[in-house]
Amino acid sequence: MQAWHFTEMPYPDLPPLDTLSTMRVSIPSKLYDPKIGAELYNRYLDEHMLADELGLNMLLNEHHQTATCINTCAPLSAAILARQTSKGRICILGNPVANRADPIRIAEEMAMIDCISRGRLDVGFVRGVPYEIFAANTNPTQTVERLWEGIDLVSKAWTTTDGPFNFEGKFTHKRAINLWPRPYQTPHPAIWITGSSDIENIKRAASRGFVFATFLQPHEKVKWMFDGYRSAYRDTGLPGGGGTAYMPLVYTADSDEEAEKGARELTWYLDAKSEPQYRNPPGYVPVEYNVQALKGTFTGRTDAMRKQSIEYLRDQGVIIYGKPDDVAKQIKRLYGLVGGFDHLLMMGQAGHLNHEMTKRSMTLFAKEVYPQVKDLARTRPLEAQAAE
Amino acid sequence: MSVAERTASIVNVHGIDIDVEIRGSGAPILLIPSEEGLEAQLPVIDELAKTHNVVIAFPPGFGRSERPDWMSNPDDLAYVMLDLASQLGLEKPALVGFSFGGWVAAEMAVKNAGAFSKLVLVGAVGVKIGGPYDVDIQDLWVQHPAKVAAFKWADPEKANRDYSGCSDEELSIVARNVESFARFGWEPYMHNPKLKHRLHRVSIPTHLIWGDKDGVVTKDYGRAFAGLIPGASFETVANAGHYPQLEQPEAFAKALTKFLR
Repeated sequence: MQAWHFTEMPYPDLPPLDTLSTMRVSIPSKLYDPKIGAELYNRYLDEHMLADELGLNMLLNEHHQTATCINTCAPLSAAILARQTSKGRICILGNPVANRADPIRIAEEMAMIDCISRGRLDVGFVRGVPYEIFAANTNPTQTVERLWEGIDLVSKAWTTTDGPFNFEGKFTHKRAINLWPRPYQTPHPAIWITGSSDIENIKRAASRGFVFATFLQPHEKVKWMFDGYRSAYRDTGLPGGGGTAYMPLVYTADSDEEAEKGARELTWYLDAKSEPQYRNPPGYVPVEYNVQALKGTFTGRTDAMRKQSIEYLRDQGVIIYGKPDDVAKQIKRLYGLVGGFDHLLMMGQAGHLNHEMTKRSMTLFAKEVYPQVKDLARTRPLEAQAAE
Repeated sequence: MSVAERTASIVNVHGIDIDVEIRGSGAPILLIPSEEGLEAQLPVIDELAKTHNVVIAFPPGFGRSERPDWMSNPDDLAYVMLDLASQLGLEKPALVGFSFGGWVAAEMAVKNAGAFSKLVLVGAVGVKIGGPYDVDIQDLWVQHPAKVAAFKWADPEKANRDYSGCSDEELSIVARNVESFARFGWEPYMHNPKLKHRLHRVSIPTHLIWGDKDGVVTKDYGRAFAGLIPGASFETVANAGHYPQLEQPEAFAKALTKFLR
């Protein structure tokens, strides 16, 4: 099992949350102090550099127009880490290809970072969460199609090495596509993709050898998704060769009290507020889901999690916290409950969790937990009888 | 009051299934509903059906009409609706469109005004009047639902619809109407930049009916829209928002029947 350090790079120094209607999309930038922001950017990058020193990998993402994540251009932070670190893998999870105008620009950025890092890059693609629709102004009814057209085009651009080709797709038209540089890794870096409920999308990812990642879900649902993945899994021999990844909130501490304190700080992420119209843009989810919404029986993942106690979240594997041996035990339990997984994506920093507490947890994890879980077996195709 | 005979059916228009309801007989009226899709329930329809052949037709993506994947804006929808009118053999119907349906009707009229006797646009969207920073058409998707209700209705309570008695099939139509509205109106937001340069082609008597409290497209927008169509007249309905036909059905009925007479 590979372990990854992750923070959304939040800007938590906000007025009391009950005085804000939203932390996303329309929160005024006068609430952002550039001097505080500068400290935060450098601090979060320092924590990734510490992850590298400790033998952990580095996971990055991006969001826009939100205090929950000031990493608005993940390729920029990935490029910095490509140069400032030397061992760990760097993964952007992901490039919002459905929300960016030009997939070829993404292909170029990733190829360049892969070269600077000497082949340490994994490249994730995401459809983008609902509230991203507004900053990108993508038609919310077509993001899945855009995602796949974009991934296919990026892959083709990376692997076409004998001169230019034209592309006339549904969402992108380009002429004389001829990528310089091409990626350091051949044929191209491992591709990751995220998902939560669309099982066909998950199987599609598996059949192409992509790593499938999901976040903060109850373990039964994670198992359902990972079983779907493993039922269609085909190892393509790419770097990384597919696999499954799960993100819980993780806090490791010297005592139970400190562990719970750290874990409670991390739940800031689950409490992030947004106005209702940002959560379900028209056509973002299929008609069947919106029929449920009209009946009042579909509320979305984060809402369901927000209302739960920390003990419930720990039982579900959504939060993992404790002393090192307890953390290792919880990871192994989760591993068993979901049918195994390959990548532990640890949201080890969120909200107001300070630098010292973040470093302590990362260090304890790397030195005392990681050795206990590192050798857990990799994802394998689902046994035929288990699939029935 | 006797209710005119109703026929609800699916008409295949060059491979595309279109949801059509036909009532009454007489001079034809082709009616394109709003994104809310509630106009078929208006009493004025039955009133008109006593002396007219009223055809209520849902554009692709709305009602039970199919939505081919290649379609991206009301320009595409307009061709299908023109084909439908021709296929049904409607002899120069009056064309009436509401809100988004008004946009579709305007796109139809610029393509072939000669196919219609009159044009009525009710709270129509579809043109951009001001500059890039001007909010000509309120953004219905980025603002809080309470604000959107206040833009749409003179009485915002009207935004609260009770879906408890609806079947899954009916709810699917509601949900898909919302989806199609976004598919076709997301960008450019609720307008076709080319439409205003084509509206001079609308050579038939045209009347615009507007809610005087419309906050989605104000009556100033409505007047400017009317100004783009040669000879078009404009009137407002008191105490009505974006859907005067739903909010003040009697006053709306008077305005409509007077112009169609």
